[in-house]
Amino acid sequence: MANFKKATSIKDWLNQRLAIEKVEKVMGSEYWIPKNINFLWAMGMVLVITFAMLLVSGIFLLMYYQPNVDLAFDSVNYTIMREVDFGWLWRHVHGVAASVVFLIIYIHMFTGIYYGSYKKGREMIWISGMLLFVAFSAEAFSGYMLPWGQMSYWAGMVITNLFAGGSLHADGFVEWIRGDYVPAQAFLGRFFMLHVLLIPLAITGLIGLHFAALRIPHVNNQDGEEIDFDAESKKYLAGDKAGSKVMRFANDFMSKDMMVVGVYLVFFFYLVFFNYSFAMDPVNFDPADGLKTPAHIYPEWYFLWSYEILRPFSVDLGLILFAFAQVIFVLLPFLDRSPNAIAANRRGPMFMIWFWLMLSNMIVLTAMGKLPPEGIYSSIGFVSAIVFVAQWLALPFITSFEKKV
Amino acid sequence: MMKNNETLILAVIVFFSLVTYFLVEPFAHKVLHKHVDSKDFVYDGTDDIAQVQNTITKLESDKTDQEKIQKDEEKETLRQKNILESIVSAKSKLEMKKTFFADLKRISSLKGNATKGKDLYVSCTGCHYDGAEAMGGVFPPTLKNAGLIYDKNYLIGIIKDPAIISNVDHKFDEMVLHPMDSVKYMVSTDEDIANVVAYILETAPKAESLTPKIAYENACGRCHALKYENWTQLGTKPIFKHKKDELAYDIKVLEYEDAIKVYMGKLPPDLSMYTRSRSQDFLRTFIENPQNHLAGTAMPRTGVTADTAEKVLEHLKDAGDTKRHEREEIAIYVMIYIVIFAIFAFLWKKQVWRDLH
Repeated sequence: MANFKKATSIKDWLNQRLAIEKVEKVMGSEYWIPKNINFLWAMGMVLVITFAMLLVSGIFLLMYYQPNVDLAFDSVNYTIMREVDFGWLWRHVHGVAASVVFLIIYIHMFTGIYYGSYKKGREMIWISGMLLFVAFSAEAFSGYMLPWGQMSYWAGMVITNLFAGGSLHADGFVEWIRGDYVPAQAFLGRFFMLHVLLIPLAITGLIGLHFAALRIPHVNNQDGEEIDFDAESKKYLAGDKAGSKVMRFANDFMSKDMMVVGVYLVFFFYLVFFNYSFAMDPVNFDPADGLKTPAHIYPEWYFLWSYEILRPFSVDLGLILFAFAQVIFVLLPFLDRSPNAIAANRRGPMFMIWFWLMLSNMIVLTAMGKLPPEGIYSSIGFVSAIVFVAQWLALPFITSFEKKV
Repeated sequence: MMKNNETLILAVIVFFSLVTYFLVEPFAHKVLHKHVDSKDFVYDGTDDIAQVQNTITKLESDKTDQEKIQKDEEKETLRQKNILESIVSAKSKLEMKKTFFADLKRISSLKGNATKGKDLYVSCTGCHYDGAEAMGGVFPPTLKNAGLIYDKNYLIGIIKDPAIISNVDHKFDEMVLHPMDSVKYMVSTDEDIANVVAYILETAPKAESLTPKIAYENACGRCHALKYENWTQLGTKPIFKHKKDELAYDIKVLEYEDAIKVYMGKLPPDLSMYTRSRSQDFLRTFIENPQNHLAGTAMPRTGVTADTAEKVLEHLKDAGDTKRHEREEIAIYVMIYIVIFAIFAFLWKKQVWRDLH
């Protein structure tokens, strides 16, 4: 059994029991970060702040939201938007944050791809990150059901229908998921539970895993330089702060994190107050009506690219390619055969083109996913979807030929 | 070591984000939603005549449309016959509308005599009075505010031919008459119409008295409930002391709604959240002429003035975007607060990083 002495101070008392000094070092002052990084490395902190805002605003909304098909719409649009003091503010913060969090996730993801931060021992960081992406997607979808508007209902209908598996006609499976023949009370209750309990729990756990995965390989840097963290941190602690290649997480890097967060929050609250409608589709302000299909059904912007991979093909092929698009990013560390873990632009023309084409093509898919599948839009979507799949199939080959830089 | 070019990185991110935003928001909305030009609430028949002309053009092109031509000769003959009949009836409708709006223009130029109009106005109050019985499906409104909220051309038109000016003549024929059809025979000469309209306009209340609520209640409220403003088609729902009385009131509303359903084909929707579910531009052009957006709809054109339409939109905002003033007010303070936070964060970073370089 541990030997406890009479404490000399509150700090000492806590230290004996919780090792707070050690924790502080491990989490902050002796958590070493390379110096040669740019503001893109602050996206993790921006995501933490956004998640915190989602959590806090969500807690306030949860106090008044009613998960009942007859009450849900009014509890959101009347009770929260009109009756509760600042309910409208919490709702707009929640709605805008739910959309913006995906913008930051995509920036964070493409930063990782660009700098090769999924290689050389960083595979688990990437995989846990992609699991977080899946969890956030499920969280976003389940949350979208809750106001029980027209888009909630019809998106719920369309997405659960995907589980019939096309020609497999697994209609029983779809009914099992819905708990009814169509989205109704059982469906709303389930997605409410998922949104406020199970998925947030999973997200919290995955965030822990994501952080833990970062400890051993350390965070990457923009030059792909392999840094001797032990030697460099000794140099720093010896007083050569300027000469060392590393810095403390707190307060050195955190001060930069906070600077980026500051700029981000200006942008974020501009959206909350002046430009929120991109995050709250007008169609969802019509109450759910199972007898009236909206003229256009489309998901929120962050799902459009994968929706467009589903749409241009026959049902079965579309579903297969849709499933492919959902999982393929997770496999990136194993599909990229190159020995280089450096910026895409420095890896030779093949990967450089691959990266910028992937980014641009996903934006094209995103745009086509919202437009009606007719005429030229349909053709562009079809070609884009094929390019997307082809790029992933080509990745192992083009990266195998890559020379060590 | 690579140069730390953060400005370029930021520019790249802003560029791709803005392109994405432009494509999924303004551009997609432009493609998804039909654009309708407002006619500034002038009811001179431009829209109505163009609409019938479009129908004729469409029918003409259907005649020779390769995709629609039937292989079976008999079916094709029948199809051609149907198209020709439709064209004949559309052409006669076109002539009728042209004549109607020409008449309307002529009457509009007459200088009506309000004193003479007063005597004829009595025939209006036979149906239009406070607490009037429903006719056809809706109850006739009191005409207290009519001169204020309705356009002069519309007032002339509704006496001349209610179905045509409301642009719902497709719902009626010799067998099914507009509930207000009989007015044609009560006030029939150009002079009489001009006189009654002059009386209605002259006795209109002052423009300042038109609140958004009154505008909504007159223009929309007899068909469209607005439950977030506690409005039923029968009026503002009172607070009842006894549950029994409340139920009795609810039943009256339900019965009234059932009657509108029969008249309109479906229950006109509650408009509580329309300010958020539809764009302001859509609402404005829809109020001006519902057929613009929803061809064949049973909803009549309400014939309100541009000013009344703005008041209606204001009332819809009161219902569905109630806290907009609070939002605008608080926005400034939050933005100032966040900018100050960002400045302090920047200064803190400067200080911490001084030793790191």
